[in-house]
Amino acid sequence: MARTLHVEKLHVGYGRRTVIESLDLPAIAGGEVTALVGPNAAGKTTLLRALAGLNPARGSVRLDDIELTALSIAGHARHVTYMPQALPQRVALTVFEATLSALMSAREDILPAAEARAKALATLERLGIADLAMRGLDELSGGQRQLASLAQSIVREPAVLLLDEPTSALDIHHQIRVMQFVEELARERGIIVIIVLHDIAQAARFARRIVVLQNGRIAADGAPEVAVTPPMLAQVYKVEARVERCSRGMLQIMVDRPLES
Amino acid sequence: MTDAAATPAPLAAYARLIRRRVAIVAGLGVVMVVALLFDIATGPSNLPVGEVIAGLLHPSTLSAPARVIIWEVRLPYALMAVLVGAALALAGAEMQTILNNPLASPFTLGVSSAASFGAALALVLGLAIPGLPAGWNLPALAFVFAFGSVLMLQALASLRGTGVETLVLFGIAMVFTFNALVALVQFVASQEALQQLVFWSMGSLARATWEKLAGLAFVLALTAPFSLAASWKMTALRLGEDRARSFGIAVARLRFLSLLRVSLLAATSVAFVGTIGFIGLVAPHIARLLVGEDHRFFLPASLLCGAAIMSLASVASKILVPGTLLPVGIVTALIGVPFFIALIFSRRERL
Ligand SMILES: Nc1ncnc2c1ncn2[C@@H]1O[C@H](COP(=O)(O)OP(=O)(O)OP(=O)(O)O)[C@@H](O)[C@H]1O
Ligand SMILES: [Mg+2]
Repeated sequence: MARTLHVEKLHVGYGRRTVIESLDLPAIAGGEVTALVGPNAAGKTTLLRALAGLNPARGSVRLDDIELTALSIAGHARHVTYMPQALPQRVALTVFEATLSALMSAREDILPAAEARAKALATLERLGIADLAMRGLDELSGGQRQLASLAQSIVREPAVLLLDEPTSALDIHHQIRVMQFVEELARERGIIVIIVLHDIAQAARFARRIVVLQNGRIAADGAPEVAVTPPMLAQVYKVEARVERCSRGMLQIMVDRPLES
Repeated sequence: MTDAAATPAPLAAYARLIRRRVAIVAGLGVVMVVALLFDIATGPSNLPVGEVIAGLLHPSTLSAPARVIIWEVRLPYALMAVLVGAALALAGAEMQTILNNPLASPFTLGVSSAASFGAALALVLGLAIPGLPAGWNLPALAFVFAFGSVLMLQALASLRGTGVETLVLFGIAMVFTFNALVALVQFVASQEALQQLVFWSMGSLARATWEKLAGLAFVLALTAPFSLAASWKMTALRLGEDRARSFGIAVARLRFLSLLRVSLLAATSVAFVGTIGFIGLVAPHIARLLVGEDHRFFLPASLLCGAAIMSLASVASKILVPGTLLPVGIVTALIGVPFFIALIFSRRERL
């Protein structure tokens, strides 16, 4: 059963500083990937953290008919998982232990230990990192660490999966692999996936919907061919660029030069 | 083995890892018990080991002086060493996790300095809490200040937007503040009071009594189960605060409760034996090198490491200078540092 997320009149800020003001994101559908793109400091991380209940926010975030903003941290965690952009440093835990702790740490979903272990392993296998299970997080490469971090989010099987630049440290093989996996996951479980990406072509390839954020406002929102256009790129990213389809029909973005602002 | 084939390799490896850690924690327990027995058997009065053990099992067979030596001196000192080591190490381990800082410990974040200030007020200015028996006034004052110092950290932590770095900085600022206040009191102190204060701050097990032992044992028994119950949460917190919160962990609450346990453990220990600087910082590091940071093993291993090191330090304090009981606070670092360095290097070779 696919679920739907509705965001209405969301205000998010830090202290007295407002970053996102009165933002509406109608009907984010489950079963498909939604990409959130935008320049640095546009507010992507801030928005995702607010959706996860990590940043205080005013307004409404509804999952079907559950009002998420009314829930506690533990309540949020039953429905939503957020994968942070920053990865932990200097941790003496193995990949497997870290994945397991994602399941065991919240009282509500304490599973029988054997079941939790099997689930953790299955997740690592699907991400292709089962061979890293017993390696320490602090002895992994940056990309491996990112995959391990992704595993910790996915293993919780949330209804809403929020991924903050999960592929920023990955090589092209793993980028494609992760994107395919995330898309499959969305389809299989009917879950809502919002993924922050800087690679717009990648977003266009895997997401059914692209939301472009600029200065905390929505600059474009829709199917890739609707949202990603030369005027949008000029206005939001300050670049002169062409959007073309390659022989296989995938959107390609060719950036010619930066525009003076 | 038939079921090894059925179990996927990583799960089998994990099961082996768990078994190894259980063995390490059990081994630490054995080391601690041996150190404790060794500690009880050592002393200036040269009682034969056999007599000591017989005296522990059947106190009635002992001569009166031997009974006093074993039951009123050696046993309380030795047990105090174990309990103080355990309490300070557990406090240090929790602090390092919740403050996400490997340098955090009751000593480095001002708890000991605050206790010293309380002791200085009692010894030098004769400050007294009305209604307390004479022997309890100094520990009580030390406790009040030590506990208060962690409560101040606590209050700061509850302000919105205080990061853990701020807490650590604040703790370090407290070290300097209380040290300055102690120096100020020392400046006006009489020669005799000054000497007492210096001796107090060296940390000594000679202040152990059965009542104090009971008090510290009670605090440990009260806090340790809650620490262990929070171990998965603390493990997850190692993955980062955002991560932990997104797993549904109320991090602020976890930090609050943990600091409360830390303040009880550290303040009671420091109040009873004085400043012991090294255990709370290094025992968790040794435990981390041995069992990693799955807190189900990390916390007990820290506790046992602390107890064992402190116990060995107590032995050393009796035999280093024959005929003299050195203040144990001086010896802990001398015992612990070589051990710690050896472990770091042995670990480095393996990598
Ligand atoms: N903790 C904070 N306190 C105050 N302001 C913040 C904080 N975090 C972010 N901001 C501000 O909020 C705005 C949005 O930041 P955010 O991290 O959401 O951007 P982003 O779109 O995720 O950028 P990037 O692509 O660089 O990750 C920025 O102007 C930033 O300076
Ligand atoms: Mg960001």
